Amino acid sequence: MKTYLEKTYIIFDRELKGYFRTPLASIFLLVFLALSSGMTFFLGRFFERDQADLTAFFAWHPWLFLILMPAIGMRLWAEERRSGTIELLITLPVTNMQLVIGKFLASWIFTLIALILTMPIWVTVNYLGDPDNNVILISYIGSWLMAGAFLALTSCLSALTKNQVIAFIISSISGFVLIMAGFNLVLSSVRSWTPTWVTETIGSMSFLSHFSRIQMGVFDLRTLIFFVSMIILCVWINVQLVQIKKAD
Amino acid sequence: MSSKLIDAKNLKKSFGEFIAVDDIDLSVLRGEVVGFLGPNGAGKSTTMKMLTGFLEPDSGSIMINNVDLKSNPLQAKEFIGYLPEGAPSYSDMNVLEFLSFVGKMRGLSKKILTNRLDEMAIQISLKEVWNKPIETLSKGFKRRVGIAQALIHDPDILILDEPTDGLDPNQKHEMRNLIKTISKNKAIVISTHILEEVEAVCSRAMIIADGKLLANETPANLEKQFANKDIISIKVFNRINAVLAKNLKSSIHYGDVKIEKLDKDTNRILVSDDKKTPELNAVLKQVNKFKLNIIEASFVKSNLEEIFRKITTTNVSS
Repeated sequence: MKTYLEKTYIIFDRELKGYFRTPLASIFLLVFLALSSGMTFFLGRFFERDQADLTAFFAWHPWLFLILMPAIGMRLWAEERRSGTIELLITLPVTNMQLVIGKFLASWIFTLIALILTMPIWVTVNYLGDPDNNVILISYIGSWLMAGAFLALTSCLSALTKNQVIAFIISSISGFVLIMAGFNLVLSSVRSWTPTWVTETIGSMSFLSHFSRIQMGVFDLRTLIFFVSMIILCVWINVQLVQIKKAD
Repeated sequence: MSSKLIDAKNLKKSFGEFIAVDDIDLSVLRGEVVGFLGPNGAGKSTTMKMLTGFLEPDSGSIMINNVDLKSNPLQAKEFIGYLPEGAPSYSDMNVLEFLSFVGKMRGLSKKILTNRLDEMAIQISLKEVWNKPIETLSKGFKRRVGIAQALIHDPDILILDEPTDGLDPNQKHEMRNLIKTISKNKAIVISTHILEEVEAVCSRAMIIADGKLLANETPANLEKQFANKDIISIKVFNRINAVLAKNLKSSIHYGDVKIEKLDKDTNRILVSDDKKTPELNAVLKQVNKFKLNIIEASFVKSNLEEIFRKITTTNVSS
Protein backbone atom coordinates (compact mmCIF):
# COMPACT_ATOMS: atom_id res chain seq x y z
CA MET A 1 0.00 0.00 0.00
CA LYS A 2 2.86 2.32 0.87
CA THR A 3 4.50 1.96 -2.52
CA TYR A 4 1.10 2.20 -4.19
CA LEU A 5 0.53 5.63 -2.67
CA GLU A 6 4.16 6.60 -3.11
CA LYS A 7 4.07 6.03 -6.86
CA THR A 8 0.75 7.81 -7.19
CA TYR A 9 2.37 10.70 -5.34
CA ILE A 10 5.40 10.72 -7.69
CA ILE A 11 3.06 10.97 -10.68
CA PHE A 12 1.08 13.69 -8.92
CA ASP A 13 4.23 15.57 -8.03
CA ARG A 14 5.62 15.50 -11.59
CA GLU A 15 2.32 16.64 -13.03
CA LEU A 16 1.76 19.47 -10.56
CA LYS A 17 5.31 20.78 -11.01
CA GLY A 18 4.73 20.44 -14.75
CA TYR A 19 2.17 23.24 -14.57
CA PHE A 20 4.77 25.56 -13.13
CA ARG A 21 7.58 24.55 -15.49
CA THR A 22 5.95 26.45 -18.31
CA PRO A 23 4.28 29.88 -18.24
CA LEU A 24 0.97 27.98 -18.34
CA ALA A 25 0.48 28.11 -14.58
CA SER A 26 1.07 31.82 -14.18
CA ILE A 27 -1.01 32.69 -17.23
CA PHE A 28 -3.82 30.50 -16.00
CA LEU A 29 -3.74 31.91 -12.48
CA LEU A 30 -3.69 35.47 -13.82
CA VAL A 31 -6.61 34.83 -16.15
CA PHE A 32 -8.53 33.07 -13.41
CA LEU A 33 -8.02 35.89 -10.95
CA ALA A 34 -8.76 38.58 -13.53
CA LEU A 35 -11.93 36.89 -14.75
CA SER A 36 -13.25 35.89 -11.36
CA SER A 37 -12.78 39.33 -9.87
CA GLY A 38 -13.84 41.10 -13.08
CA MET A 39 -17.06 39.14 -13.17
CA THR A 40 -17.65 39.75 -9.48
CA PHE A 41 -17.16 43.49 -9.62
CA PHE A 42 -18.49 44.38 -13.06
CA LEU A 43 -20.99 41.74 -14.11
CA GLY A 44 -21.94 40.74 -10.58
CA ARG A 45 -22.20 44.34 -9.39
CA PHE A 46 -20.50 43.52 -6.12
CA PHE A 47 -20.66 47.08 -4.77
CA GLU A 48 -24.09 48.03 -6.10
CA ARG A 49 -25.65 45.03 -4.41
CA ASP A 50 -24.55 46.54 -1.15
CA GLN A 51 -24.51 43.17 0.57
CA ALA A 52 -21.65 41.66 2.53
CA ASP A 53 -21.55 38.28 0.83
CA LEU A 54 -19.75 36.59 -2.02
CA THR A 55 -22.78 35.52 -4.05
CA ALA A 56 -21.63 37.70 -6.91
CA PHE A 57 -18.26 35.96 -6.79
CA PHE A 58 -19.37 32.34 -6.67
CA ALA A 59 -22.29 32.70 -9.09
CA TRP A 60 -19.87 32.93 -11.99
CA HIS A 61 -17.80 29.90 -11.08
CA PRO A 62 -19.72 27.29 -13.11
CA TRP A 63 -19.27 29.44 -16.25
CA LEU A 64 -15.68 30.22 -15.49
CA PHE A 65 -14.86 26.58 -14.87
CA LEU A 66 -16.60 25.61 -18.08
CA ILE A 67 -13.68 27.20 -19.96
CA LEU A 68 -10.86 27.12 -17.47
CA MET A 69 -11.04 23.53 -16.23
CA PRO A 70 -10.77 22.09 -19.76
CA ALA A 71 -7.79 24.43 -20.22
CA ILE A 72 -6.07 22.85 -17.21
CA GLY A 73 -7.06 19.28 -17.90
CA MET A 74 -6.86 19.04 -21.69
CA ARG A 75 -3.20 18.10 -21.74
CA LEU A 76 -3.37 15.38 -19.07
CA TRP A 77 -3.65 12.44 -21.47
CA ALA A 78 -3.76 14.00 -24.93
CA GLU A 79 -0.20 15.23 -24.54
CA GLU A 80 1.08 11.87 -23.25
CA ARG A 81 -0.42 10.21 -26.29
CA ARG A 82 0.84 12.81 -28.75
CA SER A 83 4.42 12.75 -27.49
CA GLY A 84 4.54 8.98 -26.99
CA THR A 85 5.45 9.28 -23.30
CA ILE A 86 2.38 7.19 -22.54
CA GLU A 87 4.53 4.23 -23.56
CA LEU A 88 7.04 5.10 -20.87
CA LEU A 89 4.36 5.51 -18.24
CA ILE A 90 2.54 2.30 -18.95
CA THR A 91 5.70 0.19 -19.07
CA LEU A 92 6.68 1.44 -15.62
CA PRO A 93 5.68 -0.81 -12.74
CA VAL A 94 2.47 1.10 -11.95
CA THR A 95 -1.20 0.52 -12.61
CA ASN A 96 -3.26 2.70 -14.91
CA MET A 97 -5.38 3.61 -11.89
CA GLN A 98 -2.35 5.08 -10.13
CA LEU A 99 -1.49 7.09 -13.21
CA VAL A 100 -5.00 8.44 -13.68
CA ILE A 101 -5.46 9.33 -10.00
CA GLY A 102 -2.03 10.97 -9.75
CA LYS A 103 -2.66 13.14 -12.77
CA PHE A 104 -6.19 14.05 -11.80
CA LEU A 105 -5.15 15.02 -8.26
CA ALA A 106 -2.39 17.25 -9.63
CA SER A 107 -4.87 19.25 -11.71
CA TRP A 108 -7.32 19.38 -8.80
CA ILE A 109 -4.72 20.66 -6.34
CA PHE A 110 -3.65 23.23 -8.93
CA THR A 111 -7.25 24.48 -8.95
CA LEU A 112 -7.17 24.62 -5.17
CA ILE A 113 -4.17 26.93 -5.42
CA ALA A 114 -6.11 29.15 -7.81
CA LEU A 115 -9.07 29.27 -5.42
CA ILE A 116 -6.85 30.07 -2.45
CA LEU A 117 -5.41 32.98 -4.39
CA THR A 118 -8.90 34.53 -4.59
CA MET A 119 -9.11 34.77 -0.82
CA PRO A 120 -8.35 38.50 -0.74
CA ILE A 121 -11.95 38.92 -1.88
CA TRP A 122 -13.06 37.04 1.21
CA VAL A 123 -10.89 39.30 3.36
CA THR A 124 -12.26 42.39 1.59
CA VAL A 125 -15.86 41.46 2.18
CA ASN A 126 -15.07 40.90 5.86
CA TYR A 127 -13.45 44.30 6.00
CA LEU A 128 -16.41 45.99 4.34
CA GLY A 129 -19.16 44.24 6.25
CA ASP A 130 -20.11 41.26 8.31
CA PRO A 131 -20.68 38.29 5.99
CA ASP A 132 -21.72 34.78 6.97
CA ASN A 133 -18.30 33.14 6.79
CA ASN A 134 -19.76 29.65 7.06
CA VAL A 135 -21.63 30.15 3.81
CA ILE A 136 -18.50 31.44 2.15
CA LEU A 137 -16.41 28.49 3.37
CA ILE A 138 -19.07 26.04 2.18
CA SER A 139 -19.18 27.83 -1.16
CA TYR A 140 -15.42 27.53 -1.51
CA ILE A 141 -15.55 23.81 -0.77
CA GLY A 142 -18.47 23.39 -3.17
CA SER A 143 -16.67 25.34 -5.84
CA TRP A 144 -13.61 23.14 -5.48
CA LEU A 145 -15.72 19.97 -5.64
CA MET A 146 -17.41 21.23 -8.79
CA ALA A 147 -14.01 22.04 -10.28
CA GLY A 148 -12.98 18.47 -9.47
CA ALA A 149 -15.95 17.10 -11.38
CA PHE A 150 -15.14 19.31 -14.39
CA LEU A 151 -11.49 18.21 -14.25
CA ALA A 152 -12.25 14.51 -13.93
CA LEU A 153 -14.52 14.85 -16.95
CA THR A 154 -11.83 16.70 -18.91
CA SER A 155 -9.10 14.24 -17.96
CA CYS A 156 -11.32 11.38 -19.02
CA LEU A 157 -12.13 12.98 -22.37
CA SER A 158 -8.53 13.98 -23.02
CA ALA A 159 -7.68 10.26 -23.16
CA LEU A 160 -9.80 10.07 -26.30
CA THR A 161 -7.55 12.19 -28.48
CA LYS A 162 -3.95 13.14 -29.16
CA ASN A 163 -4.98 16.70 -29.80
CA GLN A 164 -5.26 19.07 -26.84
CA VAL A 165 -7.53 21.47 -28.72
CA ILE A 166 -10.00 18.71 -29.48
CA ALA A 167 -9.82 17.62 -25.85
CA PHE A 168 -10.58 21.20 -24.81
CA ILE A 169 -13.56 21.53 -27.12
CA ILE A 170 -15.25 18.23 -26.29
CA SER A 171 -14.72 18.85 -22.58
CA SER A 172 -16.25 22.33 -22.76
CA ILE A 173 -19.23 21.07 -24.71
CA SER A 174 -19.81 18.20 -22.29
CA GLY A 175 -19.45 20.58 -19.37
CA PHE A 176 -21.95 22.94 -20.98
CA VAL A 177 -24.48 20.14 -21.29
CA LEU A 178 -24.01 19.25 -17.63
CA ILE A 179 -24.56 22.86 -16.56
CA MET A 180 -27.54 23.43 -18.83
CA ALA A 181 -29.25 20.27 -17.61
CA GLY A 182 -30.53 22.26 -14.64
CA PHE A 183 -31.99 25.14 -16.57
CA ASN A 184 -35.74 25.52 -16.71
CA LEU A 185 -35.49 26.12 -20.42
CA VAL A 186 -34.03 22.66 -20.93
CA LEU A 187 -36.14 20.96 -18.32
CA SER A 188 -39.45 22.38 -19.55
CA SER A 189 -38.73 21.31 -23.09
CA VAL A 190 -38.05 17.78 -21.88
CA ARG A 191 -40.87 17.72 -19.31
CA SER A 192 -43.64 17.83 -21.90
CA TRP A 193 -42.76 14.49 -23.48
CA THR A 194 -40.97 12.42 -20.85
CA PRO A 195 -41.99 10.90 -17.52
CA THR A 196 -41.31 12.98 -14.44
CA TRP A 197 -38.45 10.79 -13.24
CA VAL A 198 -36.52 11.40 -16.44
CA THR A 199 -36.89 15.14 -16.02
CA GLU A 200 -35.85 14.86 -12.40
CA THR A 201 -32.84 12.70 -13.25
CA ILE A 202 -31.70 15.19 -15.86
CA GLY A 203 -32.23 18.04 -13.45
CA SER A 204 -30.32 16.26 -10.72
CA MET A 205 -27.35 15.76 -13.05
CA SER A 206 -26.91 19.49 -13.33
CA PHE A 207 -23.80 21.06 -11.91
CA LEU A 208 -25.69 24.32 -11.66
CA SER A 209 -28.55 23.16 -9.46
CA HIS A 210 -26.16 21.42 -7.08
CA PHE A 211 -23.85 24.37 -6.94
CA SER A 212 -26.61 26.93 -6.41
CA ARG A 213 -27.78 25.00 -3.35
CA ILE A 214 -24.24 25.14 -1.98
CA GLN A 215 -24.06 28.85 -2.64
CA MET A 216 -27.00 29.37 -0.36
CA GLY A 217 -25.02 27.67 2.34
CA VAL A 218 -26.94 24.43 2.09
CA PHE A 219 -24.39 21.67 1.97
CA ASP A 220 -26.44 18.52 1.86
CA LEU A 221 -25.17 15.01 1.49
CA ARG A 222 -26.75 14.60 -1.94
CA THR A 223 -24.58 17.34 -3.39
CA LEU A 224 -21.43 15.90 -1.87
CA ILE A 225 -22.34 12.44 -3.16
CA PHE A 226 -23.16 13.86 -6.58
CA PHE A 227 -19.82 15.56 -7.15
CA VAL A 228 -17.75 12.81 -5.55
CA SER A 229 -19.48 10.05 -7.50
CA MET A 230 -19.13 12.12 -10.67
CA ILE A 231 -15.38 12.26 -10.03
CA ILE A 232 -15.13 8.55 -9.23
CA LEU A 233 -17.13 7.60 -12.32
CA CYS A 234 -14.99 9.79 -14.59
CA VAL A 235 -11.75 8.45 -13.09
CA TRP A 236 -12.95 4.90 -13.66
CA ILE A 237 -13.94 5.62 -17.28
CA ASN A 238 -10.61 7.40 -17.69
CA VAL A 239 -8.71 4.24 -16.67
CA GLN A 240 -10.69 2.21 -19.20
CA LEU A 241 -10.12 4.78 -21.95
CA VAL A 242 -6.37 4.86 -21.32
CA GLN A 243 -6.32 1.08 -21.61
CA ILE A 244 -8.33 1.08 -24.83
CA LYS A 245 -6.77 4.07 -26.57
CA LYS A 246 -3.13 3.83 -25.43
CA ALA A 247 -1.80 2.21 -28.59
CA ASP A 248 -3.85 4.09 -31.18
CA MET B 1 13.75 -22.42 -13.48
CA SER B 2 14.99 -21.53 -16.91
CA SER B 3 17.91 -19.22 -17.45
CA LYS B 4 16.00 -17.45 -20.18
CA LEU B 5 15.42 -13.86 -19.16
CA ILE B 6 12.84 -13.46 -21.88
CA ASP B 7 10.77 -16.40 -22.97
CA ALA B 8 7.89 -15.60 -25.26
CA LYS B 9 5.84 -18.23 -27.02
CA ASN B 10 3.32 -18.09 -29.86
CA LEU B 11 2.86 -14.35 -29.72
CA LYS B 12 0.03 -13.12 -31.88
CA LYS B 13 -1.35 -9.64 -32.26
CA SER B 14 -3.67 -8.16 -34.81
CA PHE B 15 -5.17 -4.73 -35.20
CA GLY B 16 -8.55 -5.24 -36.80
CA GLU B 17 -7.97 -7.19 -39.98
CA PHE B 18 -4.26 -6.50 -40.00
CA ILE B 19 -2.07 -9.22 -38.48
CA ALA B 20 0.92 -7.41 -37.01
CA VAL B 21 2.60 -10.33 -35.28
CA ASP B 22 1.89 -13.88 -36.33
CA ASP B 23 2.98 -16.67 -34.02
CA ILE B 24 6.43 -15.55 -32.98
CA ASP B 25 8.58 -17.38 -30.43
CA LEU B 26 11.41 -15.51 -28.85
CA SER B 27 13.78 -16.30 -26.03
CA VAL B 28 16.82 -14.41 -24.86
CA LEU B 29 19.51 -15.56 -22.43
CA ARG B 30 21.61 -13.43 -20.15
CA GLY B 31 24.58 -12.06 -22.08
CA GLU B 32 22.83 -12.20 -25.42
CA VAL B 33 22.17 -9.25 -27.68
CA VAL B 34 19.39 -10.09 -30.07
CA GLY B 35 18.96 -7.93 -33.13
CA PHE B 36 15.44 -7.66 -34.33
CA LEU B 37 15.54 -7.07 -38.03
CA GLY B 38 12.85 -6.43 -40.53
CA PRO B 39 11.47 -4.00 -43.06
CA ASN B 40 9.33 -1.15 -41.75
CA GLY B 41 5.97 -2.38 -40.55
CA ALA B 42 7.21 -5.94 -40.14
CA GLY B 43 6.02 -6.19 -36.56
CA LYS B 44 9.24 -5.35 -34.70
CA SER B 45 7.82 -2.55 -32.59
CA THR B 46 4.59 -4.39 -31.91
CA THR B 47 6.55 -7.38 -30.62
CA MET B 48 8.64 -5.13 -28.40
CA LYS B 49 5.55 -3.39 -27.09
CA MET B 50 4.17 -6.77 -26.09
CA LEU B 51 7.42 -7.81 -24.40
CA THR B 52 7.40 -4.65 -22.30
CA GLY B 53 3.76 -4.98 -21.30
CA PHE B 54 2.55 -1.95 -23.22
CA LEU B 55 0.35 -4.06 -25.46
CA GLU B 56 -1.36 -7.27 -24.52
CA PRO B 57 -0.89 -10.10 -27.03
CA ASP B 58 -4.06 -11.64 -28.49
CA SER B 59 -2.60 -15.02 -27.62
CA GLY B 60 0.67 -16.52 -26.47
CA SER B 61 2.65 -16.19 -23.27
CA ILE B 62 5.51 -14.01 -22.11
CA MET B 63 7.74 -14.94 -19.19
CA ILE B 64 10.07 -12.22 -17.97
CA ASN B 65 12.75 -13.67 -15.70
CA ASN B 66 10.34 -16.52 -14.95
CA VAL B 67 7.54 -14.12 -14.04
CA ASP B 68 4.41 -14.25 -16.13
CA LEU B 69 3.90 -10.80 -17.62
CA LYS B 70 0.17 -11.27 -17.97
CA SER B 71 -0.69 -12.42 -14.48
CA ASN B 72 1.98 -10.43 -12.67
CA PRO B 73 2.70 -7.36 -14.78
CA LEU B 74 4.02 -5.05 -12.06
CA GLN B 75 6.68 -7.50 -10.92
CA ALA B 76 7.65 -8.46 -14.47
CA LYS B 77 7.99 -4.83 -15.56
CA GLU B 78 10.56 -4.20 -12.84
CA PHE B 79 13.10 -6.35 -14.69
CA ILE B 80 12.77 -4.40 -17.91
CA GLY B 81 14.30 -1.19 -19.17
CA TYR B 82 12.62 0.08 -22.32
CA LEU B 83 13.47 2.66 -24.91
CA PRO B 84 10.32 3.18 -27.00
CA GLU B 85 10.57 4.08 -30.67
CA GLY B 86 11.54 7.73 -31.08
CA ALA B 87 12.85 7.94 -27.49
CA PRO B 88 9.95 9.94 -26.04
CA SER B 89 10.57 11.96 -22.89
CA TYR B 90 9.01 14.86 -21.01
CA SER B 91 10.45 17.75 -22.93
CA ASP B 92 9.63 20.34 -20.27
CA MET B 93 11.76 18.60 -17.64
CA ASN B 94 15.51 18.84 -17.48
CA VAL B 95 17.64 15.71 -17.76
CA LEU B 96 18.21 15.36 -14.02
CA GLU B 97 14.52 15.82 -13.18
CA PHE B 98 13.42 13.36 -15.83
CA LEU B 99 15.87 10.63 -14.84
CA SER B 100 15.05 11.15 -11.15
CA PHE B 101 11.37 10.81 -11.94
CA VAL B 102 11.86 7.52 -13.75
CA GLY B 103 14.25 6.29 -11.03
CA LYS B 104 11.73 7.05 -8.29
CA MET B 105 8.96 5.37 -10.26
CA ARG B 106 11.27 2.37 -10.52
CA GLY B 107 11.32 2.31 -6.73
CA LEU B 108 15.00 3.24 -6.27
CA SER B 109 15.89 4.50 -2.80
CA LYS B 110 17.32 7.97 -2.51
CA LYS B 111 20.87 6.72 -2.01
CA ILE B 112 20.81 4.24 -4.88
CA LEU B 113 19.16 6.79 -7.14
CA THR B 114 21.90 9.35 -6.45
CA ASN B 115 24.56 6.75 -7.26
CA ARG B 116 22.82 5.63 -10.41
CA LEU B 117 22.34 9.21 -11.59
CA ASP B 118 26.07 9.83 -11.19
CA GLU B 119 26.85 6.64 -13.09
CA MET B 120 24.45 7.56 -15.89
CA ALA B 121 25.94 11.04 -16.21
CA ILE B 122 29.33 9.47 -16.85
CA GLN B 123 28.44 6.24 -18.65
CA ILE B 124 26.02 7.87 -21.09
CA SER B 125 28.00 11.14 -21.24
CA LEU B 126 25.15 13.36 -20.16
CA LYS B 127 27.04 15.61 -17.79
CA GLU B 128 27.16 18.65 -20.05
CA VAL B 129 23.38 18.70 -20.52
CA TRP B 130 22.50 17.56 -17.00
CA ASN B 131 20.48 20.64 -16.05
CA LYS B 132 19.17 21.57 -19.47
CA PRO B 133 15.52 21.18 -20.47
CA ILE B 134 15.17 18.12 -22.68
CA GLU B 135 13.35 20.12 -25.36
CA THR B 136 16.52 22.13 -26.02
CA LEU B 137 18.71 19.05 -26.59
CA SER B 138 19.92 17.70 -29.90
CA LYS B 139 18.54 14.45 -31.24
CA GLY B 140 21.63 12.57 -30.16
CA PHE B 141 21.35 13.75 -26.58
CA LYS B 142 17.62 13.05 -26.49
CA ARG B 143 18.32 9.51 -27.57
CA ARG B 144 20.95 9.19 -24.86
CA VAL B 145 18.50 10.47 -22.27
CA GLY B 146 16.12 7.77 -23.48
CA ILE B 147 18.82 5.13 -23.01
CA ALA B 148 19.63 6.51 -19.57
CA GLN B 149 16.03 6.27 -18.40
CA ALA B 150 15.92 2.67 -19.61
CA LEU B 151 19.12 1.88 -17.69
CA ILE B 152 18.48 3.89 -14.53
CA HIS B 153 17.41 0.89 -12.44
CA ASP B 154 20.13 -1.34 -13.89
CA PRO B 155 17.61 -3.80 -15.32
CA ASP B 156 18.33 -7.40 -16.29
CA ILE B 157 16.52 -6.91 -19.56
CA LEU B 158 16.88 -4.05 -21.99
CA ILE B 159 14.53 -3.56 -24.87
CA LEU B 160 15.63 -0.83 -27.24
CA ASP B 161 13.49 0.12 -30.20
CA GLU B 162 15.75 1.60 -32.86
CA PRO B 163 18.33 2.99 -30.44
CA THR B 164 20.52 4.51 -33.15
CA ASP B 165 17.82 5.90 -35.40
CA GLY B 166 18.54 9.51 -36.34
CA LEU B 167 22.03 9.57 -34.87
CA ASP B 168 25.08 10.67 -36.81
CA PRO B 169 27.78 8.07 -37.57
CA ASN B 170 29.90 9.01 -34.53
CA GLN B 171 26.94 8.82 -32.22
CA LYS B 172 25.91 5.49 -33.72
CA HIS B 173 29.37 4.16 -33.07
CA GLU B 174 29.25 5.34 -29.45
CA MET B 175 25.82 3.86 -28.93
CA ARG B 176 26.96 0.49 -30.24
CA ASN B 177 29.98 0.52 -27.96
CA LEU B 178 27.72 1.33 -25.05
CA ILE B 179 25.40 -1.55 -25.87
CA LYS B 180 28.39 -3.88 -26.14
CA THR B 181 29.77 -2.83 -22.76
CA ILE B 182 26.53 -3.22 -20.87
CA SER B 183 25.53 -6.43 -22.61
CA LYS B 184 27.69 -8.79 -20.53
CA ASN B 185 25.22 -9.44 -17.75
CA LYS B 186 21.98 -8.48 -19.42
CA ALA B 187 19.62 -9.76 -22.02
CA ILE B 188 19.24 -7.12 -24.69
CA VAL B 189 16.84 -6.90 -27.59
CA ILE B 190 17.37 -4.14 -30.12
CA SER B 191 15.35 -3.50 -33.21
CA THR B 192 16.85 -1.92 -36.24
CA HIS B 193 16.70 -1.85 -39.96
CA ILE B 194 20.39 -1.10 -40.22
CA LEU B 195 22.20 -4.32 -40.94
CA GLU B 196 25.68 -3.26 -40.05
CA GLU B 197 24.38 -2.68 -36.56
CA VAL B 198 23.49 -6.33 -36.23
CA GLU B 199 26.90 -7.35 -37.47
CA ALA B 200 28.50 -4.91 -35.04
CA VAL B 201 26.70 -5.66 -31.78
CA CYS B 202 24.37 -8.63 -31.96
CA SER B 203 25.07 -12.18 -31.00
CA ARG B 204 21.91 -13.31 -32.73
CA ALA B 205 19.74 -11.91 -35.49
CA MET B 206 16.03 -12.49 -35.77
CA ILE B 207 14.57 -11.49 -39.09
CA ILE B 208 10.86 -10.85 -39.27
CA ALA B 209 8.65 -9.70 -42.10
CA ASP B 210 4.87 -9.50 -42.26
CA GLY B 211 4.72 -10.52 -38.62
CA LYS B 212 6.45 -13.84 -39.19
CA LEU B 213 9.81 -14.99 -37.92
CA LEU B 214 11.93 -15.90 -40.95
CA ALA B 215 15.36 -16.50 -39.48
CA ASN B 216 16.90 -16.82 -36.05
CA GLU B 217 20.66 -17.28 -36.30
CA THR B 218 23.99 -15.75 -35.40
CA PRO B 219 25.06 -13.24 -38.05
CA ALA B 220 27.89 -15.58 -39.06
CA ASN B 221 25.56 -18.54 -39.48
CA LEU B 222 23.16 -16.45 -41.50
CA GLU B 223 25.97 -15.63 -43.83
CA LYS B 224 26.98 -19.26 -44.10
CA GLN B 225 23.46 -20.40 -44.77
CA PHE B 226 22.23 -17.74 -47.11
CA ALA B 227 25.32 -16.23 -48.66
CA ASN B 228 25.75 -16.34 -52.41
CA LYS B 229 28.56 -18.40 -53.82
CA ASP B 230 31.51 -16.11 -54.31
CA ILE B 231 31.46 -13.86 -57.30
CA ILE B 232 34.48 -12.37 -59.07
CA SER B 233 34.13 -8.80 -60.16
CA ILE B 234 36.55 -7.30 -62.70
CA LYS B 235 36.27 -3.66 -63.55
CA VAL B 236 37.72 -2.63 -66.91
CA PHE B 237 38.27 0.76 -68.47
CA ASN B 238 37.03 -0.25 -71.93
CA ARG B 239 33.98 -0.06 -74.05
CA ILE B 240 32.60 -3.53 -74.55
CA ASN B 241 30.47 -4.12 -77.63
CA ALA B 242 28.24 -7.10 -78.31
CA VAL B 243 30.90 -9.06 -80.19
CA LEU B 244 33.52 -8.57 -77.51
CA ALA B 245 31.01 -9.54 -74.88
CA LYS B 246 30.18 -12.72 -76.69
CA ASN B 247 33.84 -13.62 -77.06
CA LEU B 248 34.54 -12.89 -73.40
CA LYS B 249 31.68 -15.10 -72.28
CA SER B 250 32.75 -17.99 -74.40
CA SER B 251 36.41 -17.84 -73.34
CA ILE B 252 35.77 -17.69 -69.58
CA HIS B 253 34.90 -21.24 -68.63
CA TYR B 254 32.59 -20.66 -65.73
CA GLY B 255 28.87 -21.07 -65.38
CA ASP B 256 27.73 -17.50 -65.28
CA VAL B 257 29.43 -14.50 -66.88
CA LYS B 258 27.68 -11.15 -66.82
CA ILE B 259 28.77 -7.82 -68.19
CA GLU B 260 27.46 -4.66 -66.60
CA LYS B 261 27.98 -1.22 -68.03
CA LEU B 262 28.98 1.15 -65.21
CA ASP B 263 29.37 4.27 -67.35
CA LYS B 264 30.37 5.19 -70.89
CA ASP B 265 33.91 3.84 -70.65
CA THR B 266 33.85 1.39 -67.77
CA ASN B 267 32.34 -2.04 -67.52
CA ARG B 268 32.22 -4.73 -64.92
CA ILE B 269 32.57 -8.41 -65.65
CA LEU B 270 30.93 -10.63 -63.05
CA VAL B 271 31.92 -14.27 -62.95
CA SER B 272 30.31 -16.93 -60.81
CA ASP B 273 29.62 -20.61 -60.84
CA ASP B 274 27.05 -22.66 -58.99
CA LYS B 275 29.33 -25.67 -58.62
CA LYS B 276 32.70 -24.24 -57.66
CA THR B 277 34.31 -21.00 -56.60
CA PRO B 278 35.93 -19.48 -59.71
CA GLU B 279 39.67 -18.94 -59.63
CA LEU B 280 40.67 -15.33 -59.91
CA ASN B 281 43.96 -16.11 -61.59
CA ALA B 282 42.38 -18.21 -64.35
CA VAL B 283 39.73 -15.59 -65.04
CA LEU B 284 42.28 -12.78 -65.20
CA LYS B 285 44.36 -14.75 -67.66
CA GLN B 286 41.41 -15.07 -69.99
CA VAL B 287 40.43 -11.42 -69.70
CA ASN B 288 44.03 -10.34 -70.35
CA LYS B 289 43.93 -12.07 -73.72
CA PHE B 290 41.55 -9.38 -74.90
CA LYS B 291 44.03 -6.63 -73.89
CA LEU B 292 41.54 -4.94 -71.57
CA ASN B 293 42.55 -2.26 -69.06
CA ILE B 294 41.77 -3.91 -65.75
CA ILE B 295 41.34 -1.31 -63.02
CA GLU B 296 40.01 -3.52 -60.27
CA ALA B 297 39.57 -7.22 -59.62
CA SER B 298 38.09 -8.71 -56.47
CA PHE B 299 35.76 -11.23 -54.90
CA VAL B 300 32.33 -9.93 -53.96
CA LYS B 301 31.15 -11.45 -50.71
CA SER B 302 27.46 -11.24 -50.10
CA ASN B 303 26.91 -9.16 -46.99
CA LEU B 304 24.15 -9.34 -44.46
CA GLU B 305 22.24 -6.77 -46.45
CA GLU B 306 21.91 -9.04 -49.44
CA ILE B 307 21.04 -11.96 -47.23
CA PHE B 308 18.39 -9.89 -45.54
CA ARG B 309 16.89 -8.83 -48.84
CA LYS B 310 16.95 -12.40 -50.04
CA ILE B 311 15.21 -13.75 -46.94
CA THR B 312 12.59 -11.07 -46.62
CA THR B 313 11.66 -10.90 -50.28
CA THR B 314 11.67 -14.59 -51.18
CA ASN B 315 9.84 -15.77 -48.07
CA VAL B 316 7.25 -13.06 -48.14
CA SER B 317 6.37 -13.53 -51.78
CA SER B 318 6.20 -17.31 -51.48
